[in-house]
Amino acid sequence: MNRIDSKFKELRAAGKKAFMPFLTAGYPSLPMTGKLILEFEKRGADVIELGIPFSDPIADGPVIQQSSYEAIKNGTTLKKVFGLVRRLREETQIPLAAMTYFNLILNYGPTRFIKDALAAGFDGVIIPDLPPEEEGEFSKEARKKGLKVILFMAPTTSRERAGFIARRAEGFIYFVSLTGVTGARRELPRELGFQLRAAKKAAGDIAVCAGFGVSTPQQVKAISAFCDGVIVGSAIVKKISESIDASDPVKAVGDFMARLKG
Amino acid sequence: MLPDKHGHFGIFGGKYMPETLMGALTELEKVYRLALRDKAFLKELDHYLKNYAGRPTPLYFADRLSRVLGRGRVYLKREDLLHTGAHKINNTLGQALIALRMNKKRIVAETGAGQHGVATATVCALLGLDCFVYMGSKDIERQALNVYRMKLLGATVVPVTCGSQTLKDAMSEAIRDWVTNVKTTNYILGSVGGPHPYPAMVRDFQSCIGKEAKRQALSFENKLPDYLMACVGGGSNAIGLFYPFFADKKVKFIGVEAAGEGLDTGHHSATLVRGRTGVLHGSKSKLLQDESGQVKIAHSIAPGLDYPGVGPEHAYYQAIGRAEYFAVSDKEALDGFNLLSKVEGIIPALESAHAIAYLKKLAPRLKKNSVVIVCLSGRGDKDINSVKDLL
Repeated sequence: MNRIDSKFKELRAAGKKAFMPFLTAGYPSLPMTGKLILEFEKRGADVIELGIPFSDPIADGPVIQQSSYEAIKNGTTLKKVFGLVRRLREETQIPLAAMTYFNLILNYGPTRFIKDALAAGFDGVIIPDLPPEEEGEFSKEARKKGLKVILFMAPTTSRERAGFIARRAEGFIYFVSLTGVTGARRELPRELGFQLRAAKKAAGDIAVCAGFGVSTPQQVKAISAFCDGVIVGSAIVKKISESIDASDPVKAVGDFMARLKG
Repeated sequence: MLPDKHGHFGIFGGKYMPETLMGALTELEKVYRLALRDKAFLKELDHYLKNYAGRPTPLYFADRLSRVLGRGRVYLKREDLLHTGAHKINNTLGQALIALRMNKKRIVAETGAGQHGVATATVCALLGLDCFVYMGSKDIERQALNVYRMKLLGATVVPVTCGSQTLKDAMSEAIRDWVTNVKTTNYILGSVGGPHPYPAMVRDFQSCIGKEAKRQALSFENKLPDYLMACVGGGSNAIGLFYPFFADKKVKFIGVEAAGEGLDTGHHSATLVRGRTGVLHGSKSKLLQDESGQVKIAHSIAPGLDYPGVGPEHAYYQAIGRAEYFAVSDKEALDGFNLLSKVEGIIPALESAHAIAYLKKLAPRLKKNSVVIVCLSGRGDKDINSVKDLL
């Protein structure tokens, strides 16, 4: 069974919610990303989203834009990220989802991407600029080979469209908790609880996890009540950038993640 | 019919956008399709195009230029004479009227040279809309005059300091604003790129260029032109000229891109000539990218051409052989700029000067009576400052 599916099954049986931290691969360096993934697993992360940096991340706010820029400057490529994941798989079985923009996949070759991502040890892929209407062949092949293509729902998704997405979804549904780009917000929309309930209803058996804007333990706890898991990205990446000069950056970021998870 | 109902031109086009915007794109498509069939809308648009923007624009027979070139009869489609100085206003008028129909009073736009920004700020002032124009800080520096014009027109110019600080990043920021404020805001995109329905909608609003040119050419020459030529950045003036002639197979289309400092220097914007298939800003098309798929920074002396992508319909025309695309360097474009100024008394925009420059290369292949229509997409006033040290 795919690691994402078995993780949600396990969490559901235990009545628990998923905590999913995001990391930009290669920021501040690939070896550091590897250490952080292992630390996050130790500190209770359930699934890790690994961002593969793209030069024009239109769904991302300033923090992830900046980390992507630095990571690309460091020479981070899809190939090197696959190499890192392959090495990590000798030590960890934590579910890993690659998050990237479609151009990197198209450039690598969609068929080759699916093959190499699975061989490296990725369990799923999240592509913010790929709605279910596009690249049907890619999604079909990924499904056949067992790489979960994670789909999004947003506050602007109509009920009819939510049904359309749910019928095609696998792994989990990524619910965008606000209309906007990634990045910490002091307050999340008041309607979020209501929207998540509607998304859960549309999703049926598939888990719904919320992300975008989430940055505090209180928010994580509040949102978890309405869905199956919470994703935190920019707040963690910001913590990484603040911890670069710390005596033990891995522990500092690990502590931060553990506090968020609660 | 192009594009198909999913917005695809062959393998190109589509809607590669975050889920948050999918509903807005569907609504925009619906409103625009209905508007194009609504007599009241078309009448209003026509009124503004005629009485406000200055359409139809002349198709001017450039007699002296034709004689200097030695072969062919060259006509200039004078989009440079439009209000605000370029073809961009054809599209912003259409899209602003669409925004009003959707009851969205806040407008965002991206701009490179500032021409689309000025055209957007202008229609927003005309129609009472709030206007936010995203512009790369590098472009703000080299197009100070247009920045000031936008401010005079009541728009807020938002400097974009990320990435290459040019058009590509301005467009990313405009999209991010739109994702954030989608409930109140409409995005007026300036070229034939972006997600469906923009490439089709912008083309339709720019098609007045080709429709008029066809009528004018038939009346002056009693035949269709042999060649149509236009500069291609995103490609809106070119598609506007080409599209109404699509079925006229004998009319050859030539698009001219910016070779910048030279195609082999890596400092150019020749997306169709040198790019590979990719996805940027919502559509699949040709794209300047490095071997790992990161988008390259484009370069051109003409800020309106300084974009690493291109409209998907152009990629399609190229793939099926309907149009040919070539590139001319910064230096050649400056020569074209100079030539048109000296022999016709028309100072072209540096963007349009690329088409003039290629005309010099095409001339030896022309027959004596070949009729060539060149789209003079904009006037050169905005470029005087950057050109004066180079000529």
